[in-house]
Parts: sequence; C-alpha cells; structure tokens
Amino acid sequence: MAACTDRALNNPYVEGEGEEKVIYSSFSERPKHLDPAKAYSSNEYAIIAQIYEPLFQYHYLKRPYQLEPLLAAAMPTVSYFDKHNNPLPNTAPDVDIAYSEYLLSIKAGTKFQPHPSFNIKRHDDLPSDWDAVSIYDLPLGTRELIADDFIYQIKRLADPATQSPIAGLMANYIIGFNDFSKKQTALKRQFPTLRKAQRLQSEKMFGVKKIDDHHFSIRVKGKYPQFINWLAMPFFAPMPWEADEFYSNPLLASKNISLDWYPVGTGPYFLAENNPNRRMVLLKNQNFHDEYYPIEGDQAASAQGLLKDAGKKLPLTDKVIFSLEKESIPYWNKFLQGYYDASGISSDSFDQAVSFSADGDIGLTTNMIERGIGLQTAVTTSSYYFGFNMLNEVVGGYSDKAKKLRQAISIVMDYEEYISIFQNGRGVPAQGIIPPGIFGYIEGELGINPVVYTWDEGLVRRPIGQAKRLLAEAGYQKGIDPATGKPLVLYFDTMDSGPDSKSRLNWLRKQFNKINIQLVIRGTDYNRFQEKMRSGSAQMFMWGWNADYPDPENFLFLLYGKNAKSIYGGENAANYQNVQFDALFEQMSTMANTPERQLIISKMVAIAQQDAPWLWGFHPKAFSLHHGWYKNAYPNLMANNKTKYINIDPKLRQIYQNKWNKPTYWPLLLAMLIAACLLLPAYIIYRRIERATAL
Amino acid sequence: MINYIIRRLFYVVPVLLGVNILTFVLFFVVNTPDDMARMQLGDKHVTQEAVDNWKQQRGYHLPLLWNEQEEGLQKASNTIFFKKSVGLFVFDLGISDNGRDIVADITQRMWPSLAIAIPSLIFGVLANITFALLLIFYRSSVLEFAGLFLCITLMSISGLFYIIAGQYFIGKLLALTPISGYAPGIDAFKFILLPVFIGVVGGLGSGARWYRTLFLEEAAKDYVRTAKAKGLSDLQVLFRHVLKNTMIPILTGIVVILPLLFMGSLITESFFGIPGLGSYTIDAISSQDFAIVRSMVFLGSFLYIIGLLMTDISYTLVDPRVRLD
Amino acid sequence: MLTLLWTDIAIFGLVIGAVVAVWRSSKKEHLRRPWAKIFNNRMGVVSLTIVLFFLLVGVLDSVRLQHYEKLPDGDYSEHAKALSVLDIILTPIRLQVEKTYSEPFAHTAYAKEMNVDEAGVTQWLYPRLLYGGAHLNNPKSDKQADILLKIGKGLAHGLLAWLGFIFLLRLTKRNLFKTKLKGVNSGLLTLLVIFCVVGMIASLGSFYHILGTDKVGEDVLYQAIKSIRTGLVIGGLTTIVMLPIAIGLGLMAGFFRGWVDDVIQYLYTTLSSIPGVLLIAAAILMAQVYMANNPALFTTLEDRADMRLLLLCFILGITSWTGLCRLLRAETLKIREMDYVVAACALGVGRFQLLKRHVLPNVMHLVMITIVLDFSGLVLAEAVLSYINIGVDPSTYSWGNMINTSRLEMAREPIVWWSLTAAFVFMFTLVLAANLFADAVRDAFDPRYIE
Repeated sequence: MAACTDRALNNPYVEGEGEEKVIYSSFSERPKHLDPAKAYSSNEYAIIAQIYEPLFQYHYLKRPYQLEPLLAAAMPTVSYFDKHNNPLPNTAPDVDIAYSEYLLSIKAGTKFQPHPSFNIKRHDDLPSDWDAVSIYDLPLGTRELIADDFIYQIKRLADPATQSPIAGLMANYIIGFNDFSKKQTALKRQFPTLRKAQRLQSEKMFGVKKIDDHHFSIRVKGKYPQFINWLAMPFFAPMPWEADEFYSNPLLASKNISLDWYPVGTGPYFLAENNPNRRMVLLKNQNFHDEYYPIEGDQAASAQGLLKDAGKKLPLTDKVIFSLEKESIPYWNKFLQGYYDASGISSDSFDQAVSFSADGDIGLTTNMIERGIGLQTAVTTSSYYFGFNMLNEVVGGYSDKAKKLRQAISIVMDYEEYISIFQNGRGVPAQGIIPPGIFGYIEGELGINPVVYTWDEGLVRRPIGQAKRLLAEAGYQKGIDPATGKPLVLYFDTMDSGPDSKSRLNWLRKQFNKINIQLVIRGTDYNRFQEKMRSGSAQMFMWGWNADYPDPENFLFLLYGKNAKSIYGGENAANYQNVQFDALFEQMSTMANTPERQLIISKMVAIAQQDAPWLWGFHPKAFSLHHGWYKNAYPNLMANNKTKYINIDPKLRQIYQNKWNKPTYWPLLLAMLIAACLLLPAYIIYRRIERATAL
Repeated sequence: MINYIIRRLFYVVPVLLGVNILTFVLFFVVNTPDDMARMQLGDKHVTQEAVDNWKQQRGYHLPLLWNEQEEGLQKASNTIFFKKSVGLFVFDLGISDNGRDIVADITQRMWPSLAIAIPSLIFGVLANITFALLLIFYRSSVLEFAGLFLCITLMSISGLFYIIAGQYFIGKLLALTPISGYAPGIDAFKFILLPVFIGVVGGLGSGARWYRTLFLEEAAKDYVRTAKAKGLSDLQVLFRHVLKNTMIPILTGIVVILPLLFMGSLITESFFGIPGLGSYTIDAISSQDFAIVRSMVFLGSFLYIIGLLMTDISYTLVDPRVRLD
Repeated sequence: MLTLLWTDIAIFGLVIGAVVAVWRSSKKEHLRRPWAKIFNNRMGVVSLTIVLFFLLVGVLDSVRLQHYEKLPDGDYSEHAKALSVLDIILTPIRLQVEKTYSEPFAHTAYAKEMNVDEAGVTQWLYPRLLYGGAHLNNPKSDKQADILLKIGKGLAHGLLAWLGFIFLLRLTKRNLFKTKLKGVNSGLLTLLVIFCVVGMIASLGSFYHILGTDKVGEDVLYQAIKSIRTGLVIGGLTTIVMLPIAIGLGLMAGFFRGWVDDVIQYLYTTLSSIPGVLLIAAAILMAQVYMANNPALFTTLEDRADMRLLLLCFILGITSWTGLCRLLRAETLKIREMDYVVAACALGVGRFQLLKRHVLPNVMHLVMITIVLDFSGLVLAEAVLSYINIGVDPSTYSWGNMINTSRLEMAREPIVWWSLTAAFVFMFTLVLAANLFADAVRDAFDPRYIE
C-alpha cells in the first residue's frame, strides 16, 4: 500500500518502472503468428521485426526509401546468367537473362539472443524441476550467426508444413524452391517420425548455396530487381535449426510453447513474456550486435532534432510492454493519461487533437500542445480504391459504353467529401494507382487524372453535368436503364459491417443517386466476399493495397492482366486486362528508376485512367501523436523495426503522469452524502409505518 | 434422489451428442473447410495448393459426415465429424486450428473471467434483493414509483453506455481506478473494481424488477396476510417468510448460471482489456476456428447441464414438497 | 399501389390479431371486467395510449406506397419508389440532409471547416448548414425568438387539433364521456401531450434539426422515429414466435412429467446450451448465403434488410423460449402439488381443462413479466448484436444501430451526445410505457389481486 503514495491510483501497470526506459505500447488482437516464415501483417511485424532481423533494412531517416545492410556485411552483388549458365555482363538485355545470382555476405560475430535451444542437451530432456512457465528459466545459451541459418529459413519457407504465405510467390522465383518442397512432402510421407530440422537439413535447395560460414548465394529466375526488397522482410531472417529442434519437444507443445510463440532472433530485443490475452514484453537483447543510431538523415529529420542521439548504441530503451487494448476509447483515454506513449488518431478523436490554422496548416489543439504532445504526419504508401469487376456485363468490359459508365461514376463519387467526412481530411485523392513517395508518382498539374479532374490552381472535380452527359452517352438517359425502363441498378459487394459502415454505405448510395443510379448493397461475410472476388461474380467493391516494398511494380502489378484474380488467382481484383498495359508492365518491371521508366509508368497510368477499372480512391495520411518524453519518432512506412531508435525520458513521464492523474475524491463523498439523504426519508417513513402498525 | 441424479447424468450423453451435431451442422453450413484454410492463411498470395495442404494437415480434407470411398464402418468413422468429435467425450479438446492446445488456453483464461464474474454475481444479487425488498416495503407510495422509474431507466440504458460512462467518469475524470487492464493475483483488485461496479449497476434495473415480481407474488399469499393479522411486523414478515419462500425461483436463476460464469462476458472483457474467456468463442467464430468453437460449445453445454442438475437438487433442499423421482 | 415486405405482413397480422382478440373479449363478460379495470387505472390508460401511439407510427411505417419523388434537379422521377406513409409524412425531415454532424437546433456544422467566402478569403470556421436554420439571416440574434415562436405555433396547432378530435369524439361516441372510468380523462390528457409534441415537430421539423444530424448529415429525429418500427418488430414478433412454444412446452413438461418431460427438457437443454451467438451468427450468415444465391428475389436494399430482420426475429424467438419454458416448468411442478389441483384431478377434470383453468392462470404473471422484460431486453440486445456484427442490417434504422454508432461518438470531444440521447429517449418511452401497461394488465387479470 505504501506504493500508492507516489503512484497514481489509476495506473494500469503493476510494476514500478519509474526510472527505467520502458516503452508502453499496445496491441488490439493477438498476433496470429510470430514465426517469421508465416507472419505477414502489420500487427505481427510490430513485434517480430524487433526480434528477427533480415539481411537489409530501410534507412530510418532518409527519403526516398533506401536499403542498407543490417545483418549483411555489404549490399549484395548481382550477376546474370543465360540459359546455358554462361555469365552475362550487367548491361545484357532482359530477354537474355535466364538467372540472376545474389551473392550475400554476413557480418561476422553476430550472435543470437540467449535461448535454451542452444543448449543442445536440453532438446530431449527438460529439467524435472522446471515449472513450464517461462523458457528463460532453463539454462540459456547462444551461438554465432552463420550462412546456414539463412539457408535454413529459406528451406522453412519452402517446407509445405510451414505454410508460408509467400511460398507460392517464391516458388516462381527461387531456383529449386518448388522441387525442394515436393521432396519434403515425399520425405514426410515416407518417414513420418522424422523431425522437422533433420528433414529440412537432409535435402539441398538447388538455387541456394553456402559458400562459407559468412557467404551464401541465391539464384532466381530471370531478372527480378525487387528480390532485394523481399530480402529486407522478416521472411528472410535467419533461423537456427536448434530452435525447430528444441520446440519439437512434446512437453513444450502441450504447454503451447512453440516457435510461433517464443521467437529466437538476433534483433535488439527478445520476447520475454508472451501472454497475448494481456500483454507481451520485449526486453533488450544483451547479445545484440553493434548497431548505432544513424548519423545522417534528410533535412526534415535533422530539422526535427532527430539526430540528437546520433552514434549512440542501439537499442535506446530496455523494455517494451505491449498491453492488450481491444477498444479505441479506453486506448485514447489512457494515452491522454500518459499511460501509452504514442497513439494514432481515430476519426472520432480527431477534432480533440488536431486543428487547422487560418491558412489551412495542420497543427495540434492548444490542449494537446499544453500536454507537450507531438504530431507526425505522412502520406502512406497505400491505396484505398473502389474497383469495378471488368468481367461484369454491366460495368465491365472495354466497350466505349462501359468505359463511359465507369467514367461517369468516377466523376460523381466525390472522394474529397469522403476524405473530409470519414478521414477528417486525412488523405489525398488518388489520381492514379501510384501513391506519393513511390517512384513514378507525379505531383501537381501534370499528375492529375484528366477523366475526373481539371486543374485550376488546384484540383477541380469535373461537374455532375459532365457525368450525366457521359451516362447518357453510355446509353442510360437520366440514369434509366433502357432494358427495364427503371433506374439503372448497380450492386456493391462488401463485407463491411462495423458501426461506421452504415454511414459509409449511406454516403455511397447518395453518390450514385446524384445521377439517378440505384445502388444496392450486397453485404456479406468475409468468406462469401472472398469467394465472390475469386469467382469474379462481384460487381463493384472497395479494397485496399499496402505496399510490400517501395517500388511502382508493387502497385502496377495490381492491374497486370496475368494477375487477374478470378482467372489466374492473382492480386488483380478488378480482373483488368489490357494488352498494351501488360506489355508496358513487363518492360517496366525489371528497369531501374530512370527517366525512361518514368515515361513508361506515365503511359501505363494514363491508359488505366482512361479505362477506369478503378475509381482511384485515396491515399490515407497517417497521423500519429506522441508524448513529450517519447523521442525520435519519425514516420517511416517501410521500416518495421523502428522501436530500437526510440528514446524515452522516464523522469519527464513520471512528472506528467502524476500531474494528469490526481484522484478526485469529493464526488465520491458527495455521492455517499446524497445516498444518505435519500435514505433518511425512507427511514422516517419506515418509522411512521412501524408506529402505525404498532397502534 | 440418488436414482434421479444417476438418471440425469446418463441423460447428459444424448444432450451432448445433440449439441455436438447441431454445432457441427451450423458451422459447416456457413463455412467450408476451404474457407477455414483461407481465413487462417491470410489474404495475400494464397494458392489452392496451400489451401489443400492446410486441410490435409489439419484433417479437414475428409468428407464432412459420410465417406463414400471407404468400406463398412469406415464410411462413418473416416470423416471430419467423427474424427473431431470422439475426443470431446473424454474431454480431450485437442489442438486449435491455429495450432494451440485448447485446454491450456482455457485454464489460463478462465481465472480473469471468474475474477470479474463471481464478485459481480454476489454483489449483484445482494444489491438486487435489497433494492427489490425496499420496493416491496414502500409499496404504493411515491418512493416505490420513483424506484420503479429508476429501474426502468436503468434497464433502458445500453450496456455499452454504462461501460463508456464508467470509464469516462471514474477512470478519467476522477482518476480513481485504471481505465482498463488486468494483472494476476492480488494486483487484480484495482482492475476489477470498475467492471464489477458497472456490472452491478447495469444489472440492477432488470434484476430488482424481477425479484420484486417474485416477492410480490409471495407477499400476496394468504399466509402473509395471516402472519400480519397475527401481529408480525411488515419487516418480520418480509424477511421471515417472503424472502425464504421466494428462494426457489431465485435459486433457479442463480444456480444454473453458476458453472457458466467462467465463460466470461464478451463486452466487459473487450472494453476493459481483461484476458478472459469472454471473447474466446466469438473470436473463434469470426476466425472460423472450428476446433475451439466445438470445444467451447461442448464445455458450455456440459456445465449448463451440471447447473440444471444442481438446481434440481437445490429445490429439494429448499422446498421439501418437491420430490425428485 | 401497395407494396408489402414480409415484416409488414407480420405487423398487420399482429395488429389484426390484437383487434380481433379485443373484439372477442369485449363480448365476454368475464374478460370485459378486467379491461374495465385497466381503464379505471390512470397509469394503465396513459401507458396504453403511448404504446398505441408507437404502434400507430409503426403501422404507418409499414404501409408502403409507390411514390414519385422529386429529383435533385427539379424534375419528378419517372420511376416510382416504394415509400412508407410515414416517410411521405416526414418528407421534409427525411430529405434535408446536411454534410455531417450538427447539434440539435444548430445553424452551423459541428466541426470547423475550410471555407472560401465571396471575397476569396479562406477561413477556418463553422460553416452554415444547408437546411438547419437556413431561413434566418441573422441566426445568432434571431434564432431563439424564432424557435420559441415556432414552438408556440406548434403547441397551438396541437391544441386545436386535440379540441377538434374531442369534438368529433363527442359527436360519435356520446356515452364515452358519461362513464365513470377514471382513465378516460388521463387518456385524453395524454393525447393532448402527444398532439402538442407532434405539432411542435411539424412546425419545427422543416426549419431545424430538432435532434441534430449524424455523421453523414441525416436527421437524427427521423432515424429515431424510423427505428420505432424495427423495435416493435423485434420485440413483438420475437415474443409472438417464442410465447406459444414456451408456454405449451413448459406447462406440458411440468404437468405430464415422464417421457414428455424428458423430451422437452432434452430439447431446451440442447438448444440453450449452444451459445445464442453461434445460432444467430449461423442464421444471419445462412441468410446472406441464400441471398447471394438468389439475387433475383432480393433486388432492393429494403428486401435484403427486411429478410435479415425477419430472420433475426425468428432466431431470437427460437433462442429465447428456453428460459421462460424452464421457469414455467418449475412453477408448474410446484402448482401440480397444490391442493386445489390435486382436488380437481381427483374430481376427474380433464387434463387439458386442468391446465387451462388452473395452471395457466397461475403462471400468467410469470409470462407477463417475462414478456415485458424480454421486450425491452430484446430491443437492448439488438445493440449488443450489432456490436459483433450479427444484428439487423446496417442500413436498417434501429435504436441498436444508433447506440452502437454512438459508442464511437461518445469518445469525441466535444461529445456527440444527441444520437445516443435520441435513441435512449425513444426507447425509454416505449419500454417504460410497456412496463407500466404490463403492470396494469397483470393487476387486472391476476385472479388473486381482485379485492
């Protein structure tokens, strides 16, 4: 009870971590996977990217995004080969290149985090006095990182038992990947008792070769410059075989202790506590290799004072606590109380946090400024779009009629209003498929979508009259469908059913009503929606795409004909197919970022704008708030391992927390007083009745 | 009595079988094994091969209820239904579809749920009975009408509102308790204060009204009039006779929910960040994890039946007129 | 031209059934007496009037006509749209849609916005609303007086209409005023209040948003009024589905015991031990699958939403009968042992006669209170179901949807309180009226309360 005197009553944390450098963060649902071969969503990356490290990372403070070595000793050297395995010069034309080989080198002396799996003798027998609560109670060990660990992880990606989400994609690129996974299936059937680590190590993958302990090479089909971006994702983080071996112990499996639960990495932190129903705790990894805070950054970064910690050894904090917080309201309130260090801004708390100055600049409200809160904004490298199914009879197809219908809809769908209502203005209306910050994006007048906008010292949406004219030209005079004599009925397929969806769907209907088209919303569940998309029976839908890596190929491939979802099972959900576009895409995808590439991209974007398979929607802007004691926050949309750069001023936090959380007792006393007052007449009546009955 | 209990225990088996079949049918009418696989594998870059592979490994590649390709008994046994149901009857809940041991998960998550549910129930029933007794006591006075009005007001407010308002006033404005969070052991105290308080207040309206009806029912009986005529005071009648005789319906209400308490409450737990079982079933339904859904439904129905049995036994204890045979 | 949705048919069925029941019971003396007692109870009449008014709104909202609507550019649509009578009455409120949130009686939006005035100066200010208070040139100084004037006008109209109504009533039903029933005056006074409220809404509605607007600028009052029908359907239809099953099976199980008891217990144990959420989710998803496979049957949004509502009622009915059934069984077990039942049995009274005459009346109070508790519980449960996305269709107006949306609005600062308040006030009125009415009915019908 003594602790209560100096700590606020409403402090949601139990341990007194006053002086320690701890980051308080949260998660809203249990991450499905912590195995780097399986994890593929941002909430999973928020944790595992701090634990597992791939070969390369994106520079924290430089824009445009730039890769730099992380576990690698240097950037890779790429050499090209023709069909007959003869080396080719780097200038060889794309068509001749049959294979590219990436030669990769690893920093010497890197060690894994302390982990019981490196105690080989613990693999079979665990000490009998161990209570199976924390694996860190077992004797720990470590080992130096070698090339085999990377190769082992690539084998794990290929292993059908792992079910890696990128296995299908990588099978198209890495030589021998597919054969390896087939062989593993056969092996597993033949020797069902064979343990995973032994099974994977017993075979070789043809395209992946170990040269020595610190060098290895990967061979991919054709020329695939984006491959290096994949190498910077946690999928390609090294994995020691001992980990698989250790976790195959049946006792651990029955206690739900697995590699998917307790990672084994080389990163700045390790997962010390994992209770995804309550909290997950990362602790500083004592074996972390020497990495220092960047000493250079772009202008914006140095202007914001982000270079103060330059040259300090990373990580800058000792502990990260992620607490479970499912609902946004408690999260926001706890952020304001100082119990979370950083927060996004939901559309509902926007007006409380952000205000615009008279000339439209974004700033914080005075309340926020008084609290010492800082704001970061960035346009995300993602797109939220409204797609037409190009296979549909009414809205799809490439005839003039269908094109005009889509163009008319493009004009009436007022995305500026959408952004202002549902995003509080946090978004940029998209002009084409490529978001700002990705090569190929053109700003200003040259970049506008001429189908929907004109330029008059800024974007101006074309008037409704033009949409009506286009609609009439498409054969729907005043929106009447000649086939039925009634207003044209279009269908919108969605699995959207949250509390906000009602207003969103109402808004959508309102947009179509402007040109007298009736929009029928076909709400359905996740399964049915996905199935409709796969079978191509949807008519219109909303979807989003988040960049995997900062290359225009990662966006343009969403419209590439051979990725059509209901034909080839790819990611082209609109099933858009345009021969000219496809040819340009194939040409563009292997090019470096040169002016010629820009020219091709502009051509592709213009073709797609005319065909209008999507209403390009908008690119959301990410706003985030952080308290004064939370330093070095900088929006970097590609890097996932940002936690190690963050610095905390625990003293300042303590002061603020105590200031903001002074308990107020008087309403409690007042409530008791009122209750007493209410009970008094009750007592008096009671006495009267008692007396009356006594008579 | 003993015979009755034994008969009831045998009776558990068909109920559980029925529950199991119904759950199975409901689940697979809506989801196919393919859907489950896609849900688990995620959105991006999923191939049919990966889906088939997933089903093969989890045993969802078999036919649902009837395997045409097998011989004899195998036709029924080599199916998803049979393979997934047998273990349940010996309480081997198995591994969830995302690879976690279900029993371990449940035992870990039931304690926080109980930490909220038990105090809420105890204080809730106490508050409800007190309030209802007061209402009876002041029958046909302004106070009764005000109390009823309060009851109905409390009833007409959505549960979500209580939680949001409670967090706002007590956690944020007054800074008396944490807004949300949980800690095991004795530290849990400060975290459960607010949810328990909100649970009691939120249930007061309908609870007190319900108990009031029961009391009124009893108070209208002849013996109460007789007792009053004999000269017992209202208070004595109320406590000695009315309260005691109303125990049967009160017990029916309480005992049957006792075993289910550990299932937790979905909304309370999600708003307060309590690591309980409340959202376990819902999450499993939305992530289409059949293994968890069937285990939880099975467990729930088992406990429910135990609750019913306990109710019946408690009848005989409270009211000797009821015979179990 | 009339178009009917499935729930419309159900509502009409319900209303016609109720009317027939009242008419038939008015012919029988022993049933007329309790009704006279209700009309003698002030509270009973007041609450009945309110419930009937809600019912009237619900019925008005269920009569759908083909309506030719004015298009935004001034033409009339060539295609008729099915609108309910209520929609047509509320046309000004329905169509005056702002851009986003605005407070009750506001003339400006709730949040500041970038605005360019005629002189070309960009400003960050609260923009004027399109409709709310748009008729005022100088809203800051004139608004209060204008509102008061309109309220006065509305009250006056309400009073006049009420006087007219009384006059008509006197002409047609002379003997009504001669009775000594205490309730008649209270009923008429309640009507006066209702008339005045309607009058005020009518005179203010087309100039202001009385209860503000929601996120996409729709009038909250309109939403709350439209939700009445949904609330009635969910509460009423579900009860109708659940009641016969619960009473029939509950009494039979408790009375006959033996294998009948076993079968019924088996049924309700099995059903109630499956979480209701699973049943509801499965039913809703099945409905969606069915709709996806038969798109021709559900061409409009209304059809789809209606189907979902109907299904929700059925499934809620199926999940909620078990509680009452268990209770009735326990009570019947008790009553069966009572002397008068044993005596009647010994006298050779038929079993069903026994159930009808002696057991049923003695459990009616349980049924009544369960109905009322369930009715309000169901209206509230709908909000929780919406929370996990298995409630009514998101496009359906319902108090549950309003409450669920307001969960996020509560966290706004300044707080958006009007949606929640509107839903609460409407729901509260209905639930309170239903509760008080049920009390009156119980007092009147329960044989033991006759003094």
